[in-house]
Amino acid sequence: MDALSAVLQGLPMTIVLTLSAFAIGILGAVPLAVGLSSSNILIRLTSRLFVDLVRGVPIIVWLFLLKFGIQIGTFKFNPVAAAIVGLGVVSIAYLAEIYRGGLQAVPRGQGEAAHALGLTRGTTFYGVMVPQAFRIVSPSIATYLTGLLKDSSIASTIIVAEMVFQSQSFARQHPTVEGILPYILVGILYIALSLPVAYLSRRLDSHMRKAVYA
Amino acid sequence: MTWLTEWAAYLPQMMSGLGVSLLIAGVSIVAGYPLGLVLSVMVSARNLALRTLALAVVEIGRGAPALVILYLFYYGLPKFGIAFESITAACLALIWNSAAYSSEIMRAGIQSVGRGQLEASSALGLAQRHTFWRVIMPQGMRSAIPGLMGVAIQMFQGTSLAYAIAVPELMKSAYNIGSQDFNYLQIFALAGLCYAAISMPATWITVFFEKRMARHA
Repeated sequence: MDALSAVLQGLPMTIVLTLSAFAIGILGAVPLAVGLSSSNILIRLTSRLFVDLVRGVPIIVWLFLLKFGIQIGTFKFNPVAAAIVGLGVVSIAYLAEIYRGGLQAVPRGQGEAAHALGLTRGTTFYGVMVPQAFRIVSPSIATYLTGLLKDSSIASTIIVAEMVFQSQSFARQHPTVEGILPYILVGILYIALSLPVAYLSRRLDSHMRKAVYA
Repeated sequence: MTWLTEWAAYLPQMMSGLGVSLLIAGVSIVAGYPLGLVLSVMVSARNLALRTLALAVVEIGRGAPALVILYLFYYGLPKFGIAFESITAACLALIWNSAAYSSEIMRAGIQSVGRGQLEASSALGLAQRHTFWRVIMPQGMRSAIPGLMGVAIQMFQGTSLAYAIAVPELMKSAYNIGSQDFNYLQIFALAGLCYAAISMPATWITVFFEKRMARHA
């Protein structure tokens, strides 16, 4: 299976891209989600504009902008860094929107009860709202992670040697019927890779449902 | 100021690319949604073979990256002697994508129709066909509208991937201008704004619909 080993050569890079961007997104989305649910209209609208603008531009445009457009002095992004930063920024915007939805879905009574108990605003937010919101959004986050895994394939267009890039180069070297194999294999691999995420998310979800309602 | 004057010079050259992007998005939606509807009905068919086929089409269309499906059509199939023009390959790949995504949304919409509606129809003696087309579908499709609008936006953005197989869409025209002037920053920023100018208002309209429907639910 030459085709399979060729495609698998790109697997580590695909995983590195996905997890790095995901880590950037998970952390970076927190302040943005706070901004999206801020009571200050200026902060809220600025955050909203940022989220909508980032999501309104296709990922490939972000990657090209970073890879070819950014040059500060002698600094230029290498392909891998451009891909991680680009996918990371897009993840921040999408995940912030998911977090905001989760925060909004926490019943109002929780905030009011915390207030009545005399908890400070910080404790109310981080100790009461955030843990419940996280339970609500964890399936959406898992769905986003599988989406991000697929979107990492776009990095092949700026010459990052991940799975799709490896499939391409194998197919170019094999102009015969065999050349279709890597595309089929890489498609199956993406589906196979998203299965454990879906499985874990379902387990996590049912686990947390018990924790909430038991 | 210089940015604005440069953008004003670049913009007309990008318009034909934007037209191609909108065309591909339009084709993938107009052909993909009816196909999605067929798939959404097929996945709950009694016939096992039919059900498996529909499920495979949906799962591959959603599970594999659009770029991979694009390459499969453009670089893969020609090895079997089935060759497409790049724009045809892009349309076919995105049709598959939009059919797969829309079928899931339509299926969820159909499932969201209350059981009472089914029971009431059967109590009224409506034929199964009428129950489905006149009772279930109108309500199910109504609740699927925001989701389908979301997929449409996703498809429009997905047309940018057609750049990778040299379709002369917006991204490709931006790249071509860029490789003449090397003003990549300005050009890709402008290309991004062109996409955003369509995606952002479309998202706002979708959110507006979502909120309206939530009110009536």
